[in-house]
Amino acid sequence: MESFDFIEMRFPAKAEYVGVIRLTISGIANRMGFTYEDIEDLKVAMSEAVTNVVAHAYREEDDGEVTIGFGVYENRLELMVADHGGSFDLNEVKAEIGPYESTESVENLREGGFGLFLITALMDKVEINNNSGVIVLMTKYLDEIEVGFNDGHVSTRQ
Amino acid sequence: MNLQIHIEEGNDKSHVHLSGEIDVYTAPKLKDALIPLTSKQGNTIEVNLEQVKYMDSTGLGVFVNALKSSKENGSKLKLINLQDRVLRLFQITGLQEIMDINATIRGVNE
Repeated sequence: MESFDFIEMRFPAKAEYVGVIRLTISGIANRMGFTYEDIEDLKVAMSEAVTNVVAHAYREEDDGEVTIGFGVYENRLELMVADHGGSFDLNEVKAEIGPYESTESVENLREGGFGLFLITALMDKVEINNNSGVIVLMTKYLDEIEVGFNDGHVSTRQ
Repeated sequence: MNLQIHIEEGNDKSHVHLSGEIDVYTAPKLKDALIPLTSKQGNTIEVNLEQVKYMDSTGLGVFVNALKSSKENGSKLKLINLQDRVLRLFQITGLQEIMDINATIRGVNE
């Protein structure tokens, strides 16, 4: 079986802790050797997932917690964000995601609903489990090829 | 992990300098600062994001909200000096086509 380290942390589902969670993922991803760009992507994706939990807890006046997990593999980082409070309507969330079309009028612009869209845009794989509460599982792979070989002749063959 | 908001108000132009991070914690404060400025008819609001080191969808939501308010009230909203990482979020979401975004600065590592 593939070996990996697993780190789990629990935070109050409050807005002021989202920045602390970003610092944590930044540290772990940096240790694993992710690039600056990838670390920034990971910070946004993680914040989006945690923000969903925080916003939900706030609406429900629920002093909930958010559980985050890091699966540290040799070639990838798996992030888990679990909302152990109530559950929200996943279909509703999915219906709201997507980029803006320039044909949409300003009056119809959505103010929310970008979170899940950004997560899917920034991570390599995203899975959502909505059975008991919501669990978001996000994966990002370490690039095998160093950034900087942009002459169009990069081969992945060894 | 906070956001500093500095506002210089002229007759028909407001300069807003932001410094720090825009996330779920700081976004409400930013919204409270921007909406009154966009509510003034004929006002031009220039938001300088040069010192914004982190932003996510909560920030996009605030700027969309401010854009709507400016359209409703006859004011103009401009975003200037975005870091590459922040600009990228406007590009991915298609918002760059809709908002008035000027002059970008290259990120330190790009």
